[in-house]
Amino acid sequence: MLLLTCPHCGVSGEETEFAPGGEAHITRFGPGSSDDEFTGYLFGRKNPKGVHFERWRHAYGCGKWFHAARSTVTLEVYGTYLATERPPQPILDRIAKRGAK
Amino acid sequence: MADAMTATPAARFAGGAATISDLGPVGMVTLRADLADPAVAEALSAQGFALPGLRRFAGAPGSGAGWFSPDELLLVTEYGRAPGLATALSEGLAGRHALAVNVSDARAMFRIEGRGARGLIAKGAPVDLSPAAFGPGDLRRTRLGQVACAFWMGEDEAFSLVCFRSLGAHVFAWLRAGAALPTPPGF
Ligand SMILES: [Zn+2]
Repeated sequence: MLLLTCPHCGVSGEETEFAPGGEAHITRFGPGSSDDEFTGYLFGRKNPKGVHFERWRHAYGCGKWFHAARSTVTLEVYGTYLATERPPQPILDRIAKRGAK
Repeated sequence: MADAMTATPAARFAGGAATISDLGPVGMVTLRADLADPAVAEALSAQGFALPGLRRFAGAPGSGAGWFSPDELLLVTEYGRAPGLATALSEGLAGRHALAVNVSDARAMFRIEGRGARGLIAKGAPVDLSPAAFGPGDLRRTRLGQVACAFWMGEDEAFSLVCFRSLGAHVFAWLRAGAALPTPPGF
């Protein structure tokens, strides 16, 4: 069971109130891109054993998308941040402190 | 035109851990706008509504504004006033990226009161409903069982709860079944 804090409405809720949206920070390749770029955009995912940056939606709550950093091994959530941001430094520091990869 | 009616006309359950009542047709207007824009508070004020804070309901149970997201409010009013309210807000926010729509028939609304009210909702919603964490004026959009809902608490500690109208009969039955126990759970 993950506990996620929505950065939009401040709710700390359990994961059944949220909907997962897969890997975050994926660059979109559309018209004009190469076949390899488009294939990577559609299908290329990291699927790491460890730190994962991913998209979530507060589906039953405010309805907004946001990002979360968590470990796919321990399920620890290092933090959540806006979908328009790069991972904030405090979250990166927390990950580094854990020695996580 | 047919008379307005709810999904569970005049439904009421009393005698259990909580009393649940169908509130009859209620006026509801969705306002989508940047709530940080001062023009929104002005437009609301002109119609007699206050801008609620984060996850709060401002006003009385039958007339007020609920915070639904950083760009969404649910306004509650008399059923007959909702169309005019939506029009007035649209005019007040003309030229801005805003939308006000009468959604009175989109949702069902129930009142839940009594000593077991907190425990009843806590059975189905993943929310801390202890008095220390949730009090009068607090609002939460979440789920009840497996369906989306929103609820807020009035000064009298009674809950107003809305769900989609198509789920109104289900939610009333869910609440009635939960409240039928003689002893309220928790709190
Ligand atoms: Zn949220």
